[in-house]
Amino acid sequence: MSGLIGKKIGMTSLYNADGQALACTVIQAGPCVVTQVKTDDNDGYSAIQIGFDDKKEKNTTNPLIGHFKKASTAPKRKVVEFKKFTTDVTLGQVLEVADIFQEGNFVDVVGTVKGRGFQGVVKRHNFAGVGGQTHGQHNRGRAPGSIGACSFPSRVFKGIRMGGRMGGNRVKVQNLRVLKVYPEQNVIVISGSVPGSKNSYVLIEK
Amino acid sequence: MVDLIKMVEADNAAARSKHPAFKAGDTINVHVKIKEGNKERIQIFTGAVIQRRNPNGAGETFTVRKISNGVGVERIFPLLSPNIDKIELVREGRVRRARLFYLRGRQGKAARIREKKKPVK
Repeated sequence: MSGLIGKKIGMTSLYNADGQALACTVIQAGPCVVTQVKTDDNDGYSAIQIGFDDKKEKNTTNPLIGHFKKASTAPKRKVVEFKKFTTDVTLGQVLEVADIFQEGNFVDVVGTVKGRGFQGVVKRHNFAGVGGQTHGQHNRGRAPGSIGACSFPSRVFKGIRMGGRMGGNRVKVQNLRVLKVYPEQNVIVISGSVPGSKNSYVLIEK
Repeated sequence: MVDLIKMVEADNAAARSKHPAFKAGDTINVHVKIKEGNKERIQIFTGAVIQRRNPNGAGETFTVRKISNGVGVERIFPLLSPNIDKIELVREGRVRRARLFYLRGRQGKAARIREKKKPVK
């Protein structure tokens, strides 16, 4: 596996050769910097750590400034570890989009879903709702219905789907095609949608 | 940030400039590429533009209405689609609104669109 950290820029649509319009997401992925190379001997497992998106030194704690100095790079806003990174890298190496992704590749994208707040079962678990206003209904349209039997078992089973907080969780979308790569701007265009809001960080894995 | 999206959409500007400016009320010929097996031919759809949606966006579409054998036919075309070979402006219409859905309920004389007067030099 190899991958990069990116920032979701927004969505647009492109036409393919058959004239079909494809929804696509524009992601700025890089330049990322290798900030640490973890080895079995030193850390107990092997991984590489990459950072993306500069931030000011005055907004960085001293321990972190030291950490980034080791890789001789500016402090980074987002730092992520990749295990089983297939591309050979060295500490402080700058990874560009074109080093890893080419047009036509299939990638997985990991992001944090937009928070939806407290939602009912219709939106959160795709319950169907009542579906009618007649037959004595007047205020039960989006209610969940029965959540279990009566005197046996005298309790509600764990895991019954109910209303609650929705969104804000980590989601991986698999097998998205890379439509375009702009090496100079470090921009990658991926078909389909990607979790998260504009300007949120995503991981692109290959 | 917006600039990067514009960069991705850069090809659209070329596709857009290929077509003449037209708006609701105009009569146009749309040359549509149709693939039949390995062959490709061009079909012309002539009618009145009754709306343009998402102007200047990547997904801009327009709707063309014509009366075919006494039956109203509407087709929606994506403006930037490579399947649109050419658009010809036949006649400019003078209308007072952007969406001409009122034409749907009308037939014959009532469904006419006045022609735009050319400015006198």
